[in-house]
Amino acid sequence: MESSHIAIPEGKPKIQIENLSLFYGPKLVLNNISLVIPENKVTAIIGPSGCGKSSFIRILNRMNDLIPEARVEGQVWIDGENIYDKDVDLVALRKKVGMVFQKPNPFPKSIFDNIAYGLKIGNHRGQAELEQVVERSLRQAALWDEVKDRLHQNALKLSGGQQQRLCIARALAVEPEIILFDEPCSAIDPIATARVEELIHQLKKDYTVVIVTHNMQQAARVSDYTAFLWLGELIEYDRTEKIFTNPANKMTEDYITGRFG
Amino acid sequence: MVSVKKKGVLGDVKESLIKKVFQASGLLAIIVLLGIFALLLYTSIPAFREVSLKEFLTSTGWDPTSPEKPEYGLLSMLASTIMVTLGALLIAFPVGLAVAAYLSDVASPRAREIIKPVVELLAAIPSVVVGFIGITLVGPLIAKTFKLSHGLTALNGSLLLAVMALPTIISISEDSLNAVPVSYVEASLALGANRWQTLVRVKIPAAISGIIASFMLGMGRAIGETMTVLMATGNARAFPHGFLQSVRTLTATIAIELGEVPYYTTHYYALFAIGLVLFIMTFFLNLTADIILEKQKRKLQ
Repeated sequence: MESSHIAIPEGKPKIQIENLSLFYGPKLVLNNISLVIPENKVTAIIGPSGCGKSSFIRILNRMNDLIPEARVEGQVWIDGENIYDKDVDLVALRKKVGMVFQKPNPFPKSIFDNIAYGLKIGNHRGQAELEQVVERSLRQAALWDEVKDRLHQNALKLSGGQQQRLCIARALAVEPEIILFDEPCSAIDPIATARVEELIHQLKKDYTVVIVTHNMQQAARVSDYTAFLWLGELIEYDRTEKIFTNPANKMTEDYITGRFG
Repeated sequence: MVSVKKKGVLGDVKESLIKKVFQASGLLAIIVLLGIFALLLYTSIPAFREVSLKEFLTSTGWDPTSPEKPEYGLLSMLASTIMVTLGALLIAFPVGLAVAAYLSDVASPRAREIIKPVVELLAAIPSVVVGFIGITLVGPLIAKTFKLSHGLTALNGSLLLAVMALPTIISISEDSLNAVPVSYVEASLALGANRWQTLVRVKIPAAISGIIASFMLGMGRAIGETMTVLMATGNARAFPHGFLQSVRTLTATIAIELGEVPYYTTHYYALFAIGLVLFIMTFFLNLTADIILEKQKRKLQ
């Protein structure tokens, strides 16, 4: 295999990953990955199915902890703290690093209660503040105008695209610093996809965004940096523009031009 | 060259015969159910030639063998049944739900492998053995604790029935908790909820209909249980006024009296009427629970 090409992004680093390996039991899923994710930028993770994209993103908020046989080696520094240290508070970590999943997964509760959930489980706040946060989050997720008259309707009655924006609003409500998107558009239609992409574009003003996507056009459209993963190896990481116009690695080129994947 | 045509008609006949046998077995269950209902109804009706339905359902006196004035009111026994049953569920439901939550959420696969079969074994203990434990162990303990002359009380019955209702409550509640999509749990954890909050605020609400159904099926189990309550509750015919009194349930009444009752008397028919009341109660409990479970299955898909 050709040597991999890992660029160091400009700007302030938010997440620094050093020699990260992930195992599911004896199986090596991610092999010795190191990269730096810059603050207030969108970083896309691309690669063929089964390359470890979703496993990678789930490292960043320790969702892999749910899998009993998962084992992580190496360090993941967020704002200079290794999130795999023993004294890490998972609740605080997951408040700081929000996540939007592949399939929209609102709770079977009202729109309001979905957004308020993250706040209610934290320090209890007054109704007025809850209402304020719900409105702010829904506006940020460009959903407010569509649902403002039916906040107490069951969230499962919304369309798939609306549900996904609701999940984004729900993640925003707890005021995270980083938002992880795990193939957020794979289960919604093209128009809804366009709205979510527009939203991601706006979010980078205030948040660091990491997005896993199967769709290379989407990575090209929304991201500033792109990482190409292949069979658990980080093959190339650079500015998105560079990856899509002049990739350093032959395999990256073959993948983005559709020769495999 | 191999021909693909049928060879003779024997295969067809066999196939249709097998189909008919299976159909008949399916029908059999329905026929048995309807048959039992018809029998109970048919044998109950003559009781109401002498006793009014109103007296039967609302009078507290039950003394069918009195030479002067036989009484046929089942209210005391109905109240006893309901009391012992609700007492059992008051104990079994929180415990059962906690065990179900533990099994579905907290227990290691190893622990689950051991605890689940043990819980199911609880259901396999013959009710007469449970009753025996009530007489020799739980009853005396109650008597000692509350300074009673004997421990054969409603509380004794409730405690024992609680143990008997546990397997139903645990296994059905656990099934519904496990049916809650992983995506809900992930969403909750990703928002910074801990496991306890996820269980109480997401999993239990999502599984609530199944949990309610488990409660109702446990209730059906407790209402219909006979031998244990017959042995453990003391069988006093008076209207129950507390858990530390002896009571006599509907089931125990039938079991005690049917062996000695002269056939085709009002007393005989009245016992069948009690059976009918029990049948209707458990039938509707089970039916409602089934409907709730079916609805939840569709909702969570």
